[in-house]
Amino acid sequence: MAFSKYRIGEDPDYVPIGRRLLLLNWTLVALITALSGIGFAMLYSAANGSLEPWAQRQMMRFGVGMALMILIAITDIRIWLRLAYLSYFVALVLLVGVEIKGDIGMGAQRWINLGFFQLQPSELMKISLVLALARYFQGLTIEDSGRITLLIPPLLMVLAPAALVLRQPDLGTALLLIAGGGVIFWLAGVRMWKFGLILGTALAAIPIGWQFLRDYQKNRVLTFLNPENDPLGAGYHITQSKIALGSGGLFGKGFMLGSQSHLNFLPEKQTDFIFTMLGEEFGLVGGLALLFLYALVITYGYVIALRCHNQFGRMVAIGVTSTFFLYVFINIAMVMGLIPVVGVPLPLVSYGGTVMMTILVSFGLLMSVSIHRDIRISRQGNDDGRQ
Amino acid sequence: MWHRDSDRFRMFTRRALMLGAGKGVLLTGLAARMYYLQVLESDRYRTLADENRISHRLLPPPRGLITDRFGAQVAVNRQNYHILIVREQSPDVRRTLEILSQIIELGPDTIERVERDVAKRRSFVPVTVRDNLTWDEVARVGVNAPDLPGLIIDAGRSRDYPEGPHLAHTLGYVAAVSEKELNGDPLLELPGFTIGKSGIEKVYDLALRGTAGTSQVEVNALGRVIRELDREEGDSGSTVVMTLDLELQRYANQRLSEQQSASAVVMDIHNGEVLAMSSHPTYDPNAFTTGISHRLWNSLVNNPYAPLSNKAVNGTYAPGSTFKMCVALAGLESGIISPNQKVFCNGHLDLGNSRFHCWKRGGHGWVDMHDSLKHSCDVYYYDISQKIGIDRIAAMANKLGLGDQTGIDLPNERSGLIPTKDWKQVQLGKRWQGGETLIASIGQGYVLATPLQLCTMVARIASGKAVKPHLTRDHVTPDGVTSRQTEEFPDVQINRAHLARVRDGMNGVSNERRGTGYRARIDIKGMELAGKSGTSQVRRITMRERQTTGVLKNEELPWKYRDHALFVAFAPVDNPRYACAVVVEHGGGGSSVAGPIVRDLLTKAQELQSARPGVSAANTQPSAELRSKPPQSEEGEG
Repeated sequence: MAFSKYRIGEDPDYVPIGRRLLLLNWTLVALITALSGIGFAMLYSAANGSLEPWAQRQMMRFGVGMALMILIAITDIRIWLRLAYLSYFVALVLLVGVEIKGDIGMGAQRWINLGFFQLQPSELMKISLVLALARYFQGLTIEDSGRITLLIPPLLMVLAPAALVLRQPDLGTALLLIAGGGVIFWLAGVRMWKFGLILGTALAAIPIGWQFLRDYQKNRVLTFLNPENDPLGAGYHITQSKIALGSGGLFGKGFMLGSQSHLNFLPEKQTDFIFTMLGEEFGLVGGLALLFLYALVITYGYVIALRCHNQFGRMVAIGVTSTFFLYVFINIAMVMGLIPVVGVPLPLVSYGGTVMMTILVSFGLLMSVSIHRDIRISRQGNDDGRQ
Repeated sequence: MWHRDSDRFRMFTRRALMLGAGKGVLLTGLAARMYYLQVLESDRYRTLADENRISHRLLPPPRGLITDRFGAQVAVNRQNYHILIVREQSPDVRRTLEILSQIIELGPDTIERVERDVAKRRSFVPVTVRDNLTWDEVARVGVNAPDLPGLIIDAGRSRDYPEGPHLAHTLGYVAAVSEKELNGDPLLELPGFTIGKSGIEKVYDLALRGTAGTSQVEVNALGRVIRELDREEGDSGSTVVMTLDLELQRYANQRLSEQQSASAVVMDIHNGEVLAMSSHPTYDPNAFTTGISHRLWNSLVNNPYAPLSNKAVNGTYAPGSTFKMCVALAGLESGIISPNQKVFCNGHLDLGNSRFHCWKRGGHGWVDMHDSLKHSCDVYYYDISQKIGIDRIAAMANKLGLGDQTGIDLPNERSGLIPTKDWKQVQLGKRWQGGETLIASIGQGYVLATPLQLCTMVARIASGKAVKPHLTRDHVTPDGVTSRQTEEFPDVQINRAHLARVRDGMNGVSNERRGTGYRARIDIKGMELAGKSGTSQVRRITMRERQTTGVLKNEELPWKYRDHALFVAFAPVDNPRYACAVVVEHGGGGSSVAGPIVRDLLTKAQELQSARPGVSAANTQPSAELRSKPPQSEEGEG
C-alpha cells in the first residue's frame, strides 16, 4: 500500500497533525467565514427578517462544509495527487450516469440523490478536473508542454465533461469547466498562439454552436444584447436587477429595506441575484466591501500558490482560486448586465448547498497546498525528487 | 533536473502573475460598473424603483348633494353595502359561498360566477359576491362572520333620490360611465363610478363630481398593496340648490297625474326661478343608479306617453290661442293697430279661395283688442295679422322668448319654431303664403313652442323684463358656486302701455264673465290670475267634415287626434309674481282641462308664499294698473 510510506519516521516531509492545524491558514478561514456571514445576513433579509427558510439551513451547510474543508486541508497533498485521476474518472462516470438517467427519465436532471445530500457530478467535476489536469502537467516538462501530441489528452479531459454538462444543458458550468481548464493550460506554459488558435476556432464555431443552444439559452443571449427589447419577459430580471442596484445609491436603502428585493420585483434574490440585494441595501459601499473581501481571498490563493514548492500544488492553488474568481466575476457581471444571464451563483453568499460544498472543498485543497507547501514532488509523482 | 523544474516554476510565476493582473483588471471593471450604476445613474434608477413600488390610486369624491330651494335634500349619497370574497383568506371558497347562500339570498348563478372570477384573479384580489345588501342582510352576515372566512363587507356610495319620481325630469339621474363617455379622466375608469346622464345631474355633473383624492400605496411585484404611504382626500362636489319648491312640485305632479300626458311650469317672473316643473308620466330615477333592468328600460322607452321625456322643455306644441298676446303686441308695437280699433267677426274670413273659420260659429260681432283676447276671437287676429305681416309677429315672438332656447339649465332643450318668410324660403324652398300668416296668428301651422317658452312669454309680458328661466338658486360652475343676487334682467323693450293693454285683455279672459277662462279664475281677493287659454289642433279639419258631420268633438276622436289643451297665466293680477303654463297633450279644451290646473298651481304657489312669510321675498314692484271690469260670463274656447 503506497500510503504506508508516509508513516512517522520514514517520511522526511511528514508534518504532524497538530502542526498542520497550526499551519492552517486561519486568516483565510476568517475571510471565508466573513463572506459566509454576509451571506447569512442577506438570506435573513431575503426572508424578510427570518432565519427560515434559508439562513439557518445555509449555516448548517456551512458548518458541515467547514469541517470537511479542514479535514481536506490537513490531509497530505500527495494523497490528493494520487486520488486526482480516480476522482476525475468517478466524476466523469457520474456525469455520464446522470446523462443516461436524464435520457431515460424526464428531461434535465443534474444530480444524484444520496439521501442526505444531492450530489451534482458537474460540481464534483469542477474540482476533479483541476486536480487531474494539475496531476497531468505535474508530469510534463516545460518542453513537453510545447508538444501538441502531449496536449491532446488534457484537452480531451476538459472537453469530455464540458460536452456532457452542455448537454444537460448547463451552459454556465460548461463555461466554468473550459475556463478553469484553460487556466491550467496557461499556467503550464502552453504557447499563447495555441490559445489564440483555439479561441479563433471557437469564435468561428459560434454560428454552428448557436443551433445547438436551447431556446431559453438563445433568449438569454439575445436579451443580454438588447435587454430593453423585452422588459416584461426575458429582460425583466436584468432590468429589475439594475434598477435595484442603481436605486441603492452610495450607501444603500438599509438592511431589510430594499424595496426592489422585498416587494419581489427582484427575482431569485436569495440565489443568483443576492449580490443585487446587497447592492440595494448597502449601496456602492457594501458592494465594494464585498468585492474587496473576494479580492483578498483570491490574492491569498496566489500567495499560497507562489509560496508552494511543488508544481502540482501551485497549479491546484491557482486552479481553484481561478474557479472561485470565475464564479464571482460571472455572477456579479451578470447581475449588473455586463454579460448574459447564466445560472452561476455568488460563491459562499448565494443560497445553495452544492455550491457551498464545492467551494469549501476547493478551499480545503487550497489550504492543503498551503500546509504542505514545502513537500517536493517529482515529475513522476514521487516525493523523492531530492535524490 | 532541478534547473528544468526551475524553468517550469519561472514560467508558472510569470503566467500566474499575468493571470492575476487580468483578474485585477476584471474586478476593477466590476467596481467601475458598480460606480456607474450606483452613483452616476443612481437618480434614474431611484425613480424607476419608486415607479415600481408606488402606485397611485384614485379616491372617488362624494358627489355633491342637490336640494330644493328650502334645503330639502332631493339627491343624496346612500351607503351601498356589497359583499366580497378574498380567496387566500378563505380555505374553501365554494363552502363559504354555500353557507352564505343560506344566510342571504344569492342569485342562481352567483356561486359559479364568483368561483370563475376568483380563479381568474390573484388570490388576494377581492371579488364581488353581491351588491346592494340591505342593512338587515349586513347584520346577518356580520353575526355569522366566524363561519364565513374570507368574506368582506364593503360600504360604497350610490346615488339616491328620496323623492323618487317627483323630480325625475329636472334632477335627472346618474348611471355607470359608458364607453363613449370615457375621455381619459382616470376617475371615470374607476369601477362603480357614476356620472350624470340627464337633468341637473348632467348639466352640473362636473361641479357635482368634485375632485378626486389620491392614495399613494406601496405595492409588490404582483400588485398587492403592502401599505399606504400617503393619502390626500378629495373634495366632495358642490351642493346644488335648486329653485324648485318641493311642495309645489309635488302638488303639480299630483294635479298632472290625473291626465294621461301633460306638463306644467311655474316660474317667479322677477328672477326667472322655476318653482315647479312637472312632466307626466314620470319614472323613478333610482332605477338607473345601480343599473336598470332591460325590461324596465324597454317599458319606459316603448310607453306611448314618453315618461323619459321632460315635456316642459322637450315637448313642442302649436301654442294655439296663447300666441295671440304675441300678435296683439306686434300690432301695437308696429303702430298699425290701436287697441280700440274694432274688427267685425262674422264667424269666418275669406282670403283668396280659402275660408278661415273663427272657433265660434256665427262670429263675435264687433271686437276690440280687449275683447279679442277675452273671447279669443280668431277672425280679429286673421284680420290684424294680414296688416302686421308674419315677420313683425315673429320678431315679437322672439322678444318674448319664443323660437329659441330659453337657456334653462337642462340638457336637450328644444327651441320650438317661429316661422318667417325667410325661414320658409330657406328651409322649405317655397314662398310664404298670405294664408299662412293667418294660421300662424292663432298659433297654428308652423308655430311651435315648449311649455317653458310659453311660461317665459307670460313672465315677460307680466314683468316687462327679458326674464330667463333657470333651475338653480346660484351660478354653479366646476370652480364653485357664486350667487345670482346681483343679476337683473334687462328690459324686454316693449312699450309698457302696450304690455298693460295685453295684460288687461288677459285679465278679461279669466276675471270677466263670459271670458274664455272664467271657469279657471281664482276667486280669492288679491290672488286673481290673468290668463289665456289655447286649444291647438293636431289634425286638419277638412271641408267635408265641416259640411257633413260637422267638426268632430274631441271625445269622438282617438286620443292622439284630440286637441292639445293649453293655458298660460300670471298672478296675482294686481302685482304679478308668478307665471304658469300647462299643456295637456290631446287633453281637449284649453280652459276646461288646462285652465283648472293653472288655477290650482297659481293658488298653491301664492298660498305657500303667504304660509312662508319672509322666505325668498322677491322684489315685487307694482307693474300694472289693471282695470277690473265687472265679470261677465261666456262659455267657450279659444
